[in-house]
Amino acid sequence: MSTSGGMCDVSFSVNGATRTVRVYPMERLLDVLRNQLGFTGAKEGCGEGECGSCSVLMDGELVNSCLVPALQANGAQIVTIEGLAEGPRLHTLQKAFLDCGGAQCGICTPGMILASYYLLMRKPSPTVEDIREALSGNLCRCTGYMQIFESVAEAAKQSQTGK
Amino acid sequence: MRSDPVDFELVAPGSLPAVLSLLAERPGKWLPIAGGTDVMVQYAAGKLTNRSLVSLWKLPELRRIEVSDDELRIGATTTYTDLRQHEITRDELPLLVNAAAWTGGIANQNRGTLGGNIVNASPAADSLPALLVYDAELILASVRGERRVPYGSFHIGYRKTILAADELVKAVCIRRQFRGFFSFSRKVGPRNAQAISKVCVAALARMKGEIVEDVRIAMGSVAPVPLRMEKTERVILGNALDAVTLQRARLAAMDEVQPIDDIRSTVAYRRAVCGNLVEEFLAKLAASPTNS
Repeated sequence: MSTSGGMCDVSFSVNGATRTVRVYPMERLLDVLRNQLGFTGAKEGCGEGECGSCSVLMDGELVNSCLVPALQANGAQIVTIEGLAEGPRLHTLQKAFLDCGGAQCGICTPGMILASYYLLMRKPSPTVEDIREALSGNLCRCTGYMQIFESVAEAAKQSQTGK
Repeated sequence: MRSDPVDFELVAPGSLPAVLSLLAERPGKWLPIAGGTDVMVQYAAGKLTNRSLVSLWKLPELRRIEVSDDELRIGATTTYTDLRQHEITRDELPLLVNAAAWTGGIANQNRGTLGGNIVNASPAADSLPALLVYDAELILASVRGERRVPYGSFHIGYRKTILAADELVKAVCIRRQFRGFFSFSRKVGPRNAQAISKVCVAALARMKGEIVEDVRIAMGSVAPVPLRMEKTERVILGNALDAVTLQRARLAAMDEVQPIDDIRSTVAYRRAVCGNLVEEFLAKLAASPTNS
């Protein structure tokens, strides 16, 4: 990281590839991902950490990227929704959201899937209560919560049976 | 209006001494930022008065829980998730762990810190009543050295604290003396997750036979500062948990709190809930299996 004239170079990896960007250190990670790097999967909903639609993983932890100053991402490993599928092959969670009607307008979906991904990393066989808690920071304005919970349960089941 | 990042500077000196030197250079200039769950919200709303920020995120000296025989020393940037996952805090500080679990959603628990909750000094903060009943102490650090102060004396008015302009909260110390206590905590809010509480409570008690030998109650969102309910405790202490004590405690609690009408609730509602919560705590204490 080097600084000059208010801006600084920040390096971090996104979905496994190292990126270096020139930013103002208080720029939001969300804006850097979307505007400079083109990862538009993370959405801005509320911009104040209430809705979860800007969720990404930073060093393996689910975070709201609207609340992360770019400088704090220096050296971090970032995973966005774009990093889940392998080429054309959707991640089990993405497929389950499609199959169970877990995505409607789609704005909350990247955050919902990343929050679910973070849950399943830690708890491969979650209870419904676990799922509800894990997604409590992610708001869906279409209010399709039941289908979303079912999607996560379905993905967990499929991962367990190795399908 | 949203803030423009061009107008702000943020530095990450990378060690605690370097941060303290910076704070000492121009006291009041630099605003510490850890996980950003409060600071970045104010920034987004254009309400941040400081233009210079110093990052505490990833300072190893601040994000750790040290366990000794007689106390836990919780670094200031320990996150809510860290508190929820640590074996000893889970075992010995259930009030703090419960509060951590109902503070925001998971993403905010991964970034929000105990020290941030303390310094932000909101009377509605969920973790602070727990610190009051556990008789926590704070280690405040500056280039001038460290001082250790009772957490109960840290808040001196609405969002006012004794923290000097060149000081940081370094750690929260809690003595390991609460095993075997009955714990009770509740948040009353519009929604379990993500919502700011209308009233929250943390309470501890220990019985000796039929008599309450030790009792500690603290509440949030009921006064300009997180409130230790000393008058209510005195009404309960040394008494049996009969109907008279319960009623006297309820009335004492309703009298002791100083709630306000605001966007989240009303004086009348909060006062009634405070009485209900104290009575519920005592009823559960009376019925608890440890009470024998």
